[in-house]
Amino acid sequence: MPDAAGCWGPEPGADAVVRAAWDALAGVMDPEIPVLSIVDLGIVRAVSADADGRLSVALTPTYSGCPATNVIVLEAETALARARLDARVSVVIAPPWTTDWISDAGREKLAEVGIVPPPHSGKRALTAPDEGIACPRCGSQDTRQISRFGSTACKALHACNACLEPFDVFKCH
Amino acid sequence: MGTDLKEALFAFTLRLGDTSLVLGHRLSEWCGHAPELEEDIALTNVALDLVGHARMLLTHAGELEGKGRDEDRLAYRRDVFDYRNHLLVEQPNRDFGHTIVRQFLHDAWAVELYGRLCTSRDETLAGIAAKAVKEVRYHVRHSGDWLVRLGDGTDVSHARVADALGRLWPYTGEMVERDGAEQALVAAGIVPDPADLKAAWTARVEAVLEEATLDRPADGWMQKGGRRGEHSEHLGYLLAEMQFLPRAYPDATW
Repeated sequence: MPDAAGCWGPEPGADAVVRAAWDALAGVMDPEIPVLSIVDLGIVRAVSADADGRLSVALTPTYSGCPATNVIVLEAETALARARLDARVSVVIAPPWTTDWISDAGREKLAEVGIVPPPHSGKRALTAPDEGIACPRCGSQDTRQISRFGSTACKALHACNACLEPFDVFKCH
Repeated sequence: MGTDLKEALFAFTLRLGDTSLVLGHRLSEWCGHAPELEEDIALTNVALDLVGHARMLLTHAGELEGKGRDEDRLAYRRDVFDYRNHLLVEQPNRDFGHTIVRQFLHDAWAVELYGRLCTSRDETLAGIAAKAVKEVRYHVRHSGDWLVRLGDGTDVSHARVADALGRLWPYTGEMVERDGAEQALVAAGIVPDPADLKAAWTARVEAVLEEATLDRPADGWMQKGGRRGEHSEHLGYLLAEMQFLPRAYPDATW
């Protein structure tokens, strides 16, 4: 889970190389939603260093078939190498990624560009995830889902009945 | 894990991986052809998830087998007789209603299977299942809603999905078939009991068929053979297209 401030990052008292790695990864943007860094998305699962200072970085995919995963791994490796860090990046699938791992800062950035952030998984998300979504442009609650599957695997397409604009909604996952 | 158990688990994982891959490829054939743009995106999104599951499953199968075959080698260097997918998923798309019926019959099975595999004693399989079940839950909602919309829709849409259901029902038997090697995996807590899976699948399918005003076909002769590599003529054409590039240019990279 993100810390009290809703952010991901190194444990308190972590090695300098581990902190440097988190800083470098915070500069890697998601290729399909470039306002979010991979740290905001919660897909950086672990950063650790061995006795020689060699780093291991674990990333997890959002969706099994997400075509951006390979690009993200490559860009993470590039960012770490640019920061002159000796790191090995691996992909882990368990535990499975959930939208609850998107940081509060990430949710704010999504809202700023007109993508409705995902609700936290809870009763409402499980029973009626597609209802009561406010239009990010005019704020009307009178909206409808156009398609469960949107421009990327992680989003659905909705439209506002008041201002008629279509908009993306990050799916609760 | 003993050799016999490992072989059985390889067979199980390969079958699941092949089934995901073949259905994923079938759905990708809709790209640019679906009845509306939203559905074009939906079918190809589901296809991507399925190919993603296939990649994880075939990688795991290759590791279990221990002969150095990776996901690509398993996907691209096997011919029809070495494929172990269910016959249901290799059936051609035909019309949109037929595709939805095929998808729902598969999704209803996959969601029950992956839900149970999350607690498998095989940690890798449990991890793949925990990832896949979240996606498959979304798929089954989508295909189930469409089945209700088409079945309880116009006379034409009802007739088309009713026809597809009758045509595809004989392929559902092998999804919940019992097999000797698999019983050992069930006893070891690695895979769920097929009898339990069959009951859950049946309940799920019957509930949606009722809402869709469709009659559940009688269980008559069931087509089987996918598990043994005995396939319908359709799989060869699918593989010919899917495997063209790696066969024409072996080990090509870019």
